[in-house]
Amino acid sequence: MAAAVSLRDVHKRFGEVEVLKGVSFEVAPGEVVAIIGRSGSGKSTALRCVNRLETIQSGEIELCGRRVDDPALDLRALRRDVGMVFQSYNLFPHLTVAENITLAPRRVRRTPPAEARRIAEEVLTRVGLSDKIDAYPEQLSGGQQQRVAIARSLAMEPKVMLFDEVTSALDPHLTGEVLKVMETLAKGGMTMLVVTHEMAFARRVADRVIFMHTGKVWETGPGSMLADPQTPELKEFLANGL
Amino acid sequence: MGGFTLTHFLYLLQATGWTVVLTLLAFVLGCLAGFLVMLARTAQVRWVRGLSGLYVDVVQGTPLLIVLFLIYFGLALFGFELPAIVAAALSLMIYCSAFLGEIWRGCVQSVPRTQTEASECLGLSRWQTLRDVVLPQAMRIATPPTVGFLVQVLKNTSLASVVGFVELTRASQVINNSLFQPFLVFGIAGLLYFALCYPLSRLSRALERKLNGGRRQPA
Amino acid sequence: MRYQFDFGALLPYWRDFLDGALTTLTMTAFAVVFGLAIGILCAIGRRSASPLLQRLCGFYVELIRNTPYIIQIFFIFFGLSSIGLRLPIFAAAVLTLVVNVGAYTAEIVRAGMDTIHPGQIEAAQALGLSQPQIYWDVILRPALERVYPALTGQFVLMMLASSITSQISAEELTAVANNVQSFSFRAFETYIVVAVLYLALAVLLKLAFYGFGQLIFPRRRRLGTPL
Ligand SMILES: Nc1ncnc2c1ncn2[C@@H]1O[C@H](COP(=O)(O)OP(=O)(O)O)[C@@H](O)[C@H]1O
Ligand SMILES: [Mg+2]
Repeated sequence: MAAAVSLRDVHKRFGEVEVLKGVSFEVAPGEVVAIIGRSGSGKSTALRCVNRLETIQSGEIELCGRRVDDPALDLRALRRDVGMVFQSYNLFPHLTVAENITLAPRRVRRTPPAEARRIAEEVLTRVGLSDKIDAYPEQLSGGQQQRVAIARSLAMEPKVMLFDEVTSALDPHLTGEVLKVMETLAKGGMTMLVVTHEMAFARRVADRVIFMHTGKVWETGPGSMLADPQTPELKEFLANGL
Repeated sequence: MGGFTLTHFLYLLQATGWTVVLTLLAFVLGCLAGFLVMLARTAQVRWVRGLSGLYVDVVQGTPLLIVLFLIYFGLALFGFELPAIVAAALSLMIYCSAFLGEIWRGCVQSVPRTQTEASECLGLSRWQTLRDVVLPQAMRIATPPTVGFLVQVLKNTSLASVVGFVELTRASQVINNSLFQPFLVFGIAGLLYFALCYPLSRLSRALERKLNGGRRQPA
Repeated sequence: MRYQFDFGALLPYWRDFLDGALTTLTMTAFAVVFGLAIGILCAIGRRSASPLLQRLCGFYVELIRNTPYIIQIFFIFFGLSSIGLRLPIFAAAVLTLVVNVGAYTAEIVRAGMDTIHPGQIEAAQALGLSQPQIYWDVILRPALERVYPALTGQFVLMMLASSITSQISAEELTAVANNVQSFSFRAFETYIVVAVLYLALAVLLKLAFYGFGQLIFPRRRRLGTPL
């Protein structure tokens, strides 16, 4: 089966600084892949190249059969296939939860308001927040806001979801509720690429783990590789954390 | 009809001098009066606060031009035949006092209450607290908006032309009446105003940035 | 020395005052609508990728903000008529107001747009919104909600500044006052009456803006907190 996401020898520079130095990996449909690594190793950049928030200098990126690095790419079509959840939630503060969720369906897919509202109710149920549909973001806890952000992505029915350290801004006691939602998504067959510092989550939920180091894929393997690191760099990372 | 000559330009420059004189006069008077308004606005007595608040609202809700007419025509009725520059300076002083008083009130009130409480515990009087503790801190915050307001005063001195005081605007009108080259004449007058105002605006912004230490407003 | 006030002498002119006040309001309404449009376009221009457009918009804003309104009026009104373009006075007055308030609006709107976190825009991009949609839904709407008090305060100041258009004989409230006082020989009373009328207009305008804000910003209405 063709990969849902594939990167082949991707190079990305910011000015003079090369941040991705020939990154290659694949994500199969329905697979959950966790990316771990030290801060600054290029994890976010790799993720942001996949939905073209960043453009790359060389290499190939494919998502659901579409060449992401093609300059003539239909950006909106790409972003219909891939959703993204950020560390800082990025909910729109002037819109209610329902409006946050229905904005993209209404604007991008021209979904009629009643239908969009129904979609909002459905995705909110999936993240366990159907009672918050008319609240404003500031009335929610961080964990609830992040679950709304996940629901907002789900409303566009993406084939692939990208998560960039979505629990890093949360108090420890709030990370559990977000991770649970992600685990349910994974069990439901969603293709997921998850940058995370939650090693327990990576081991339990991910089909495969990618360890990035200095802009390269350093080591990759099943979740069990975290118990048996091959390279000294991964060993050190696992011993010292971040 | 003739061309715009050096004589015309020198006349405009001289008038610019009067614009500066009027600006400084109005600003100094306005600062003094504005300080009183600020004191009244932060007074402990309620009716003083209320009355000064009313004063600010009334002045800020009346066009400066109308204030000018009231002073100019009004005082004449009571037997004071004011030279135009005095009427203009008085009106601008009133205008200044309301806006500066309100700006400064905000600055004074942004000094944390604990500062005042601490000084009162040390046995300082209300006046000593204000002078030695609150004002020095408030002044730092107040400088950028005060410089910014100076630009408003400078621009508004142009209204003195309406009662016949020959400052830059009036002088350009006089020249235009004989040359009838409005784009040229008012263009030059505008540039002279710009040359005075723009550096002050930049200064105000630079001070503001320095005060915020490069910090941006959080989103 | 004692002055006998005689407001009664002004009673015959009540219609003129009313007409003047209405003209002032009409001018203000036009200037708010067009000034807001220009200000928003200019704020967008200053954030655009084109350096030329940035410069042009910045130049306009600085030029207007650092010169007196009365000079702008003379430049535009007498300038246009010197090249044979004789606008109706009302239109000319509105034009000068729009040019003037557009620059102040641009600066306020830009400050509002600067408060929008880049993450907001990235989130919208990731959701597939187009650039114009992002500008409207994610940048402008919250920016306008955030600067609404500053913006409407500026509009009230502009209404007061519109009194200066009396200098080109626009038939607004101040020009009416100038006429009435020359007929009635009651200058002081006339300007007192007009000052009160301006105060009333300012209060009216503030109330109208407040009500309008409650109408178009549901978040403010429901939570009552600033965005
Ligand atoms: N927009 C940018 N401009 C310049 N440098 C950047 C930018 N974004 C990221 N970088 C740099 O790229 C490197 C990798 O960043 P990032 O992908 O965010 O790492 P990670 O997510 O693994 O912590 C860092 O050194 C960072 O400073
Ligand atoms: Mg990162």
